[in-house]
Amino acid sequence: MKKKKMSLTTKRSITGYVFILPWLAGFLIFYLRSLIMTANFSLSEITVAVGGGYDSKFVGLQNYLYAFRAHGSFKQVLTTSVGNMLIDVPLITFFSLLMAMLLNKKFKGRTLVRAIFFLPVIMNSAAITAAIDMSRQMLAGGLSASSAEMAGAASGVNVMYYVEMFSSLGLPSGVLDYIVAAVARINDIISASGVQIIIFIAALQSIPGSMYEVAKIEGATAYETFWKVTFPMVMPHIITNVVYTVVDNFANSEIVEMAYDTAFTEVNYGLSSAMSLVSTAIVCVILVIVCGFIQKRTFYYN
Amino acid sequence: MKKELILENDRKKIISMIKNFLFSLFRLIVIAGISYVILGPIIGIIANSFFSDADAYNPMVYLLPQSPTLERYRLAILRLDYWSTAGKTLLYSISLMAVQVLICSMVGYGFARYNFPLKKLLFACVVVMIVIPMHTIMLPIYVTFAKFDPLGLCTLFTGSSKNLLSTPVPMYIMTALGCGLRSGLYIYIFNQFFRGLPKEIEEAAFVDGASTWYTYFRIMLVNAIPSVITVAIFSMVWQYNDTFYSKLFLISPDIVISKKITSLQQTISNLDKVLDPTISQLYAYAGIILVILPILIVYIALQKYFIEGVERSGIVG
Repeated sequence: MKKKKMSLTTKRSITGYVFILPWLAGFLIFYLRSLIMTANFSLSEITVAVGGGYDSKFVGLQNYLYAFRAHGSFKQVLTTSVGNMLIDVPLITFFSLLMAMLLNKKFKGRTLVRAIFFLPVIMNSAAITAAIDMSRQMLAGGLSASSAEMAGAASGVNVMYYVEMFSSLGLPSGVLDYIVAAVARINDIISASGVQIIIFIAALQSIPGSMYEVAKIEGATAYETFWKVTFPMVMPHIITNVVYTVVDNFANSEIVEMAYDTAFTEVNYGLSSAMSLVSTAIVCVILVIVCGFIQKRTFYYN
Repeated sequence: MKKELILENDRKKIISMIKNFLFSLFRLIVIAGISYVILGPIIGIIANSFFSDADAYNPMVYLLPQSPTLERYRLAILRLDYWSTAGKTLLYSISLMAVQVLICSMVGYGFARYNFPLKKLLFACVVVMIVIPMHTIMLPIYVTFAKFDPLGLCTLFTGSSKNLLSTPVPMYIMTALGCGLRSGLYIYIFNQFFRGLPKEIEEAAFVDGASTWYTYFRIMLVNAIPSVITVAIFSMVWQYNDTFYSKLFLISPDIVISKKITSLQQTISNLDKVLDPTISQLYAYAGIILVILPILIVYIALQKYFIEGVERSGIVG
C-alpha cells in the first residue's frame, strides 16, 4: 500500500497535538469529566455504600434550595468571602504596583529587599501561617490581644479615636468602613502580594526606556509620566494580576473551607458540590465583569 | 547673564538632589515598615523556639531568652522524624517538579509554536483550568482515584479496581497529565515565553537537519532556562507547602512534612505529656523553623537566578 503523503501543515499540526497530548488527556479526564460529575453530584443525594462506592439518587435542585434556605451559615459565609475578596483585590493590586515601582529603581540592597518581599510566598502553608499569626499576636503583647487591639498596641494609637474623628468630619461611612477594613488586614495584603509584585516588576522592566526619555524631553512631570506612560503600559498585566489575585484569594477563602468540611466531615457530597458550584459561578461572574471592565480601558502597545 | 545661568543650574541641581533624597527616605521608611511586618513574626518564632520553660512565663523576657535551650529542637526533630521526613518530602516535591517542568514546557511549546485545529478553544481551556479552583472538582477526582480503573484495565488484570488513595501515585498521575498543582499557570508562563523567542532559531535547526524532538530538548529548552528556573522554583515551593492535595489524596504525613507539622503540637502534648499549651506551642515553633529551613536554603541559593529569571521568563508577554 502506498503511503499517503502528508502536507507540511498537516504534519506540523499533528506534531502540535503530540506536544499537547498529555495535557489534553488530563484535561478531558480530570477537569471536563469532573466538572460534569460535580454538576451531577450537586443534583443528587449521594449515599456512601459499603466498600467505598457510592449511590446517587436524583433529587433535582434540592441541594441548592437547602444551601440557600435552610443551611445555617452558607449565605453568611458566602457573602463574607465575596466581600473580603472585593476589598482585597483592588488593595493588593495597587499595593503591589506601588511596591513594584519602589523596588524597580536601582538602590543598595535591592536583591535582599526583593527576597524579603517574596518570603510570604515561600511560607504559605497552613501550619506556618497559623504559627506566624500566633507569633504576630505575641509580638503585639499577649495571646489575648485581638487584631484591633493589636493594631493599637503596635502603633501606640487608638484606632477608634481616628475612626470617630473622621466619621464626625462627615466622611461617608462606606468609605470609612473600607479604609478600616483595609488597615485591619494590612498583614494579609502584604503576605498575599508577593507574586503580584514580581509580575509588576517584570512588567515595569519591559517598558522601553525611550518612552521615558520622550516624556522627559517633552517636559512631563513625574506624576504625568506615571499616568500617561507607566500606567497604560502595565495595564495588560493588571488583568493577569487581578485574575491571579481573585483565584488565589478564592482558593483560601472560608467558603471553600466550608465546602471541604461539608464533603469530608459531614459526608454530604451533594450539598458540598452545590456549594462549590455556586461559589465558583459567582467568582467566574466577578472575573468576567472585572476583566471586561479593565479590558475596555486597556491599551495594548503592540 | 552667564553667571545667572550657572546659578540657576546650581539651584536646579540642589532641588533635584533634595527630591532624590526625600524619595530615598520615603522608600527606606516604606520598605523598613513592610519588611518588619514580614520578618517580625518570623523573628518572633525563631526567638521563641529557643525559650526555656521559665522564659516562656517570664514577663521580662522579650525575644531574647535568658536561658536558651535546644530542647525544643531536639524533641521536634525526634517527633517529626525530621531527617527522614524532610528527605522524603524533598524527594517527592523535586520529582514532581521535574515532571511538571517537562510536561508543562512541552504543552506550552506546542501551543506557542504549532498551529492546529481548535487551538484557540484548547488554549481557552488552559485559562479555564487556571481560573476554576481545584476545590470545585475535588470530589470526582477523589472518587476517580478511590476506584482507579482506567478503561477497565485494572479490572481486566486484577479483577477489581485499585484504590490509589493514601499513596502519592495520584499526584504523579495528575502532574504527568498536566493537571497537577497550578499546572495551568506554568503552561501559560511557558507559552508566553516560547512565543517571545525568535522563530529563526527553529528554522536554522530545521535547515541543519535537527529533528523536532532534538530541536525541542537541545535547543528550545536550553533557551528557556529563565522560565524553567522560575517554574521550577514556584513548582517546588508550592508542592512542598501544599496540604490540600495531600489531604485530599490522604497521602501519608511521613512523606509530606507540611502535613506532619500541623499535628506536631498535638503529638508532643500527647506523647510527651507537655500539657501546657504555651509550652507545647514552643515545640511547634521549633518545628516550623525546621520545616521552613530546607526550602529557605534552596530559595536563598537560587533567588538571584529566580528574580532575574522571572523578569525574562515570559510571565510578562
